[in-house]
Amino acid sequence: MLHIINKSPLSNGSLDSCLRVTESGEILLIEDAVYAAAKGSFLEGKMHEVMGKVKIHVLMPDLEARGLADRLIAGITPVDYGGFVDLVAASKNCQSWL
Amino acid sequence: MKFGIVVNEGPYQHQSSDSAYLFCKAAIEKGHEVWRVFFYHDGVNNATRLTEPPQDDRNIVNRWSKLAEEHGVDLVVCVAAALRRGIRDENLAPGFRISGLGQLVESGIQTDRLVVFGD
Amino acid sequence: MSEIKKFMFVNRKAPYGTIYALESLEVVLITAAFDQDVSLAFLDDGVYQLKKGQQTKGIDTKNFSPTFRALDGYDIEKLYVEKESLALRGLSEADLLVDVTVLDRKEMGKLMGQQDVVLSF
Repeated sequence: MLHIINKSPLSNGSLDSCLRVTESGEILLIEDAVYAAAKGSFLEGKMHEVMGKVKIHVLMPDLEARGLADRLIAGITPVDYGGFVDLVAASKNCQSWL
Repeated sequence: MKFGIVVNEGPYQHQSSDSAYLFCKAAIEKGHEVWRVFFYHDGVNNATRLTEPPQDDRNIVNRWSKLAEEHGVDLVVCVAAALRRGIRDENLAPGFRISGLGQLVESGIQTDRLVVFGD
Repeated sequence: MSEIKKFMFVNRKAPYGTIYALESLEVVLITAAFDQDVSLAFLDDGVYQLKKGQQTKGIDTKNFSPTFRALDGYDIEKLYVEKESLALRGLSEADLLVDVTVLDRKEMGKLMGQQDVVLSF
């Protein structure tokens, strides 16, 4: 399953909720959720931890827009909108954690 | 692959309409079909032709209309949500149509993937 | 008519503060008419939608919570509530206005993975 997160995990619980119920699969960070993909925040350690069980992707145009493209955490896969489409197509189903 | 899209937020206030549009565009460029975009909640505000953004900004409503015209994407606005918010046939932008929630359920049934964009 | 799909409505938002919970329930009722396999999941603040004793007169808003009790009549019987979300809010099954199946977080995640269409508002 592809989980799509769109809120900053520094101020919202969507990513936490998703990780609470998810044992495997893929997560795509879009819109304000891309802050989770940037090095240096208090979440970085946690992101490294969860990468052991789920694969994390980030929508680069959203990260670039927010001025953090050069801080992408190693191991998080950058995708463009075409890559977003590919991820949805490749997963059996998807869920937006609104 | 056949995609269905749901947009839950209005234009300019939230990024979801932009994200949904860019997703649709990328899907079409890859040879997929965007079968229907369903506008629900404040998303119905994407359908008003009275929108007039500043000249240096993107025109979100026209962008959707163009997608419908060029690629035959069915743009459906939920009737109950639309009436609640003052969106009616007389202020509907080209390419949009007002219909029932059944059209959203039908999207889930008829498409291979349904992707929701919202707040 | 094509094959029956598994539809899950994921409710993670509280009622009244925003309209999402009410409009989500409207889709659920319509989906029932399409003879699909429908389930509802309640997580996070979404569990507050099911709290007993909602009184909305004072905020001049329609109390839509009785509709959850009517779902049965539409053959919608699969209501799942995540155990951890209840516990975190100091709620138990006895606080809910309708019969539900309580699942732990892992069971909830597994059930989500089995769906064809997951709708969240």
